[in-house]
Amino acid sequence: MIDFIARRLVAIIPVLAVVAIFVFLMLRLTPGDPAAVIAGDNATSDQIDLIRAKLGLDLPIWQQFIIWIGDILRGNLGESFFFKKTVVELIAQRLQPTLALSICTLIIAVATAVPLGVLAAYRHGSLLDRVVMGFSVMGFSLPTFVIGYCLIYVFAIDLDWLPVQGYTRIEVDFWGFISHIILPSITLGIIYVALIARITRASVLEVLNEDYIRTARAKGLSNRVVLMRHALRNAAVPILTVIGIGVALLIGGAVVTETVYGLPGLGRLTVEAVLSRDFPTIQAVILMFSVVYVVINLLIDISYTLFDPRIRY
Amino acid sequence: MLQFKRSVAALIAAAGVAGMFGAASADAQTIKAVMHSDVKILDPIWTTAYIQRNFGYMVWDTLFAMDEKFEVKPQMVEKWDVSADKLTWTFTLRDGLVWSTGQPVTAEDCIASIKRWGAKDSMGQKMMASVAGFEAVDAKTFRMKMKEPYGLVLESLGKPSSNVPFMMPKKTAETDPNTQIKVEDVIGSGPFIFKADEWKPGEKVVFVKNTKYKPRSEPPSGLAGGKVAKVDRVEWIAMPDVQTQVAAIENGEIDMIESPGHDLLPLLSKDKNIKLFDSNPLGNQYAFRFNSLFKPFDNPKIRHAAMVAFNQEEFLKATIGNPKYYKVCKAPFVCGTPLGTDAGMKDVLNGDAAKAKQLLKEAGYDGTPVVLMQSTDLQVLTNLAPVAKAQLEAAGFKVNMQAMDWQTLVGRRAKKDPPDKGGWNAFLTSWVAADILNPVMAGFFNASCDKAMFGWPCDATIEKMRDAFAKEIDPAKQKQIAIDLQKYWVDHPTHINVGQWYQPVALRTNIDGMLVAPVPVFWNMTKK
Repeated sequence: MIDFIARRLVAIIPVLAVVAIFVFLMLRLTPGDPAAVIAGDNATSDQIDLIRAKLGLDLPIWQQFIIWIGDILRGNLGESFFFKKTVVELIAQRLQPTLALSICTLIIAVATAVPLGVLAAYRHGSLLDRVVMGFSVMGFSLPTFVIGYCLIYVFAIDLDWLPVQGYTRIEVDFWGFISHIILPSITLGIIYVALIARITRASVLEVLNEDYIRTARAKGLSNRVVLMRHALRNAAVPILTVIGIGVALLIGGAVVTETVYGLPGLGRLTVEAVLSRDFPTIQAVILMFSVVYVVINLLIDISYTLFDPRIRY
Repeated sequence: MLQFKRSVAALIAAAGVAGMFGAASADAQTIKAVMHSDVKILDPIWTTAYIQRNFGYMVWDTLFAMDEKFEVKPQMVEKWDVSADKLTWTFTLRDGLVWSTGQPVTAEDCIASIKRWGAKDSMGQKMMASVAGFEAVDAKTFRMKMKEPYGLVLESLGKPSSNVPFMMPKKTAETDPNTQIKVEDVIGSGPFIFKADEWKPGEKVVFVKNTKYKPRSEPPSGLAGGKVAKVDRVEWIAMPDVQTQVAAIENGEIDMIESPGHDLLPLLSKDKNIKLFDSNPLGNQYAFRFNSLFKPFDNPKIRHAAMVAFNQEEFLKATIGNPKYYKVCKAPFVCGTPLGTDAGMKDVLNGDAAKAKQLLKEAGYDGTPVVLMQSTDLQVLTNLAPVAKAQLEAAGFKVNMQAMDWQTLVGRRAKKDPPDKGGWNAFLTSWVAADILNPVMAGFFNASCDKAMFGWPCDATIEKMRDAFAKEIDPAKQKQIAIDLQKYWVDHPTHINVGQWYQPVALRTNIDGMLVAPVPVFWNMTKK
C-alpha cells in the first residue's frame, strides 16, 4: 500500500510538468496582453511597452519559461501582475470560501443522495423511485445559475431569511458563515444529489439481485441491515468513484456559483485572472488544481480498500 | 422527520436573523456600493483605468478641481498667481493639509507628484514639455517655471479624469511612474482613508472617513468645493453578476450600483426603495477608432467616407435602446460643454450611404476588407460593431467583423501588425465625457504618429493645432482654434464619435447627497 501511495505521489511530478508547459504556452499563444489591460483604456503604445518591459513580457517566451520554472522550483509562485500581492497570498485569501462551499456541497449531496438512491433501489418501480429519478433528471437539466436565482428569489428576496450574496469568514461570525454558505451549497449540491442518487440507485439495484443478498435475507436480517451493511457496502465502489469525480467537477461548478452568490473564492479568482490575463495567478491556480485532482483520485483509490477487502494495491 | 424539518427551518431562520442583525449593526454609517469593476490596482497614475481613478478620488486630493460648470477651481491650493510674462506660476497650499499619517502636505510633495503624473499622462506630458522647472519657495509654496506661455496649466492640474494629477507624499511620488506604488504607500490627504488591512481583492475595498481632512469652506460643486465625508465608512463590494447586484440592492444588502445595465433599469425603477440618479449629465461618448497605419483607413478620404456613412441614432438604439438615456450629438468635444459644437459637421453622421459610396469611389477604395474587432462581453459595447458593419457595407465597404472578449481586443489593438497578420483596422469603444473636453485632453485627437494612442494617426496639421490650442492663453482664441481643428478633423478624422449616452446610478432611497460630477464621488453622501 505504501509503495502504491509513493508511486502515485511520484507520478504527480510528470503530470505537473506537462500541465506547467501546457498552461504556460497556452497563455502566451492565446490573444491578450496583460500590459495593455493594466495600462487602461487611455494609455499610449509607449506606456503599454514600458509596462510590458517592467513585467518581463518583452523577453522571448523560452526565457520567460525558464525564469518561471526556476521560481517554481524555488517555491516561488510569483506575484500577481495586478495586485501588489504574491499569488500564494491571493490563493490563501480565496481558499476558505471555495473549501467551505465544496465541503458543504459534498455533505449536502452525500447526505441526501445516498439515502435517496438506496430507497429508490429498494422501492424499485414505486412512486418514490419515480419521484427520485424525476428529481434526478431535473437536477441534471437545470443550469446552476437558474437554480441559484430561484433560490435567491425565494429565500433572500421573498422570505428574507438569508442574504443574497457575500461571504462571512467562519472565524469572524459562525452564524453569518452558515447564512452565507447555505444557499450556494444547496445550489451547487442539487446537481451532485442528482448524479450520486442515480448511481447509488443503479449500483444498489444491481447488488440487490445478488445471491448473497438473498442469503442475508434468508438469515432473517432486517431490511436496514441488508441494505446498509450488505447492499450499500458492495455497491460502494462506483458510488465513491462518482463522488470523487464530483469533487473534481466541483471546482468548475464553483465558478458559476461563486459568481451568482458573490463568493470571493478560487473559482472567481480564476475567472478574473483569465479575463485580465494575470499569467502568474492563472498558472499557479491551475497547477494547484492539478495537484488537488491527483490527490483526490489517490484518496478515492485508497478508500476503495476500506469498502472492498478484495481490492489490494 | 417532522421534527427534523422544524430543526432545519429553525437553523436557517436563526442563521438568517443572526446574519441580518450582524449586518444591521455594521450598516449604521456605512455605504455599500457595487462599482463598475473590482479594484485590482491601487495606483491611479500607473494605469488609466476608471476604477483606479475613482479609487484615487477617495484617498488623494488634487491641487485644482473642475466644478459643475466646467470651471477649474482651487482645491488644495489656497491662492495662486501667474507672472505678467505668463512664465512663472506660484501656488500656495491651504493651511492644515495633512496626510492621513498626520504629516503635513508640503510643496515638495506636490512637485514630486506633478512630475510623476506629468511623466505618465498625455495631457501632463504636453504641459511638462513647456515646463522649465519647479522650485519649492517654502513648505507651502512652490513655483512652476515655464519655457513658454502655456494655456492649459490650470486645466491640466484640474484634469477631472484619467490620469488625474493626485497629490501624493514625496516618497510615494518618487516611485517610477511605470512601477505600481506599494500597498503601504497608499497614503493620501483626501476625504477618506483606504483600509489596507481590510482590502480583500475580489471581495471588498474599505474606506473610512479621514478625520484629519480639512475640507474647503465652499459648498461642493462637481469635483470642487468642500469635500465633507458624511458617512464613517464606504465599502466597495465586488459583485460581478448583474442579477445578483439587483437582488442585493432590492434586499437592502447594498446601497448603490454604479453602472446598472440599461436592460435592468425598468426593473429597478419599479422598486419604491430604489431611485435612479444621473450623476454625470455629460455622460459618455461612443467612438469608432481607425487604424491609420493600414489600408483602407490610411487614406483620410476613406475615413471621411465612413463618417458620412454613419448614423449615430442607429448605434444608440442598438446599444442603449431607451432615448431617455442617449443623445444624438455630433460635437466631438461633447454637447453641453464649452467646446461642444457641431461646427463643420453638417454633412457627416447623417447615414448618407449614397454619398459615402461616391466618396469611396473618388478616394480609390480597392475593396480591401476592414477588419473590425467586436467585443462581445461588455453589454454597452457589444451591439456597436454589427451596426458599424451594416452601415459600412451599405456604403460599399467590405467588412470582416471578428468577435472577441474585451481584454483580447485590448491586447490586439496595441499591436501594429497588418490586419491580415493579427492586426486590425477598426474597433469601437466608449469615452467618459470628462476625458474628451478639449483636443489636448481627448486622446483620440492625438495624431503624433508612433506617440499617439493605438490607431497611430499621423497628421502634422492636427498636432500643430493641438499645440497652438495648448499654448494659447486667451480662452476666446483657444475656442476658435478648437473649432478650426474640428473642421479640419472632419475631413481628416482620427476617429468618429457615434453618439452620447448616459449611465444612471441606482441608489437606495435612504441615500442622499450624491453629487453631480463626471466621477462618482462619495463625499457629501448621507445614509438615513
